[in-house]
Amino acid sequence: MPLLDVLNLEVRYGGINAVKGISFAVEEGEMVCLIGANGAGKTSTLKAVARMLPAAGEMHYRGERLDRLPSHALIGKGLALVPEGRGVFARLSVAENLAMGAYHRNDNEIAADLERIYAMLPRLAERREQLAGTLSGGEQQMLAIGRALMGRPKLLLLDEPSMGLAPLMVQKVFEVIRNVAAQGVTILLVEQNAKLALETCGRGYVMESGKITLADTAANLLADPRVRAAYLGE
Amino acid sequence: MDQKTKAYAGTFLIAAVLAVAPFAVGGAFGNTWVRVLDYAALYIILALGLNIVVGFAGLLDLGYIAFYAVGAYLYALLASPHFGLHWPAWAILPLGACVAGLFGVLLGAPTLRLRGDYLAIVTLGFGEIIRIFMNNLNAPINITNGPKGIARIDAISIAGQPLSKAIEIAGLKIPGVYLYYYLFVVLALGIVFVSIRLQDSRIGRAWVAIREDEIAAKACGIDTRNVKLLAFAMGASFGGVAGGLFAGFQEFVSPESFGLMESVMVLCMVVLGGMGHIPGVILGGLLLTVLPEAFRHGAGPAQQALFGKVLLDPESLRMLLFGIALIAVMLYRPAGLWPDARHRREMAEKKS
Repeated sequence: MPLLDVLNLEVRYGGINAVKGISFAVEEGEMVCLIGANGAGKTSTLKAVARMLPAAGEMHYRGERLDRLPSHALIGKGLALVPEGRGVFARLSVAENLAMGAYHRNDNEIAADLERIYAMLPRLAERREQLAGTLSGGEQQMLAIGRALMGRPKLLLLDEPSMGLAPLMVQKVFEVIRNVAAQGVTILLVEQNAKLALETCGRGYVMESGKITLADTAANLLADPRVRAAYLGE
Repeated sequence: MDQKTKAYAGTFLIAAVLAVAPFAVGGAFGNTWVRVLDYAALYIILALGLNIVVGFAGLLDLGYIAFYAVGAYLYALLASPHFGLHWPAWAILPLGACVAGLFGVLLGAPTLRLRGDYLAIVTLGFGEIIRIFMNNLNAPINITNGPKGIARIDAISIAGQPLSKAIEIAGLKIPGVYLYYYLFVVLALGIVFVSIRLQDSRIGRAWVAIREDEIAAKACGIDTRNVKLLAFAMGASFGGVAGGLFAGFQEFVSPESFGLMESVMVLCMVVLGGMGHIPGVILGGLLLTVLPEAFRHGAGPAQQALFGKVLLDPESLRMLLFGIALIAVMLYRPAGLWPDARHRREMAEKKS
């Protein structure tokens, strides 16, 4: 049974049909990406999975009906979202942002997890007391990932982590993502940077105007002439 | 001195200043000014309530005065000859807090999805609805007595002693306004304490998270709906208490005390003082109650002395200067007169 199983997902904004009944699945331990152009419905799909948007269709997560849970209950079930545009709490410090990631927890391993994340993201450790709003874009992205990890997720939903970052910073952020995956966290990644996403993930889905048009292993997609023409600029 | 003795000394000093303030102010300027201090304490309670909604949770509420009105009218209806009811204040005030809190939830529930300007417009409408209800609920059944308002409200009394009457302790005559002053200050201190505890609590953290980013707050496992409703309810209940105190103190309420201008004034206290920073909000409440009053009394005589006649009506001059002062504060101290240290730092960094 897949970790996340989505069937006939449909998202509407008023009369506009942003996601037109798509189905996909993510197995435990996988890295899966959702690529596509602007407005293809990638972010809407991810937001629907995170229950931030009303949507039709069925979503199963570890055998449970995800579409019947409220969004704030997901983190407790091990499903964490790193929102589009990072969404750090600008007027809180780095340490406070990370602590918010453990808001739903009341075990006594929070402090240990915090140190683990500082060890993984040393740039944040140096800036513990700094306000999150004063960090650079890349540091904010890392903070957003770190905050999500504080919730001890099994499945991490990443929405455009490369958005607005300098190329060098994008590499560093993706290094962090690979690192997280290596620790056993399943990842569903939405990305416009198709090449980087396919090089990072094991499998991919290509979305076009609200539908999944291609689904294959990342290596096959990278080699597919249609993908190369449309998304890799060849 | 170590930290602890310093803290004790500070507390003692503040307590001493608060205790002698009415005597010093009353002795120097007359009891009218003690009355102004009474109002300052009431406005500080109001501003602290609004600070929960606007400062902590970041929900712009322009109809906050409605909760003040609810508290005031509840007191007026339950302790006046209007219905022949004469409940004691200690029963009405907590009830007022609860009823106002309920109204807070009633306002909050339909506006959960709104933010910023949109929320401001809806809350503004809510404030006006409450005022218009108070104005018109005199027919077919006379509940609020309409625009004439409710008069001869019972004064707040403690242990059978109405606070409106002077008492004598060991030959020292203490007028009613002084007694009210002490009651209001004690309650304001209680509200300050609750505010501080709320700010440092789990709920306080959740409010800040919602203020900063609602989607991220949800992703962190915060039930944004309940937490927002709680902000509305807590803020409103503070307003309800202040309203009850106001009704008992004035012994008269009418709808015109609860106009949009009052909401704007309370919001100005919060913004001018320093949104989300409790000492700043207290300062804002104190300044915006005392300064306009001082101006009202001082502007006429000052013009008389300078020009030999009153050129500008003090009332309109007051609004003019108030506007200029607001613009100046927003230009030169955008985080408020007394913001918390980190907010000031952030504003400074943005500028550079």
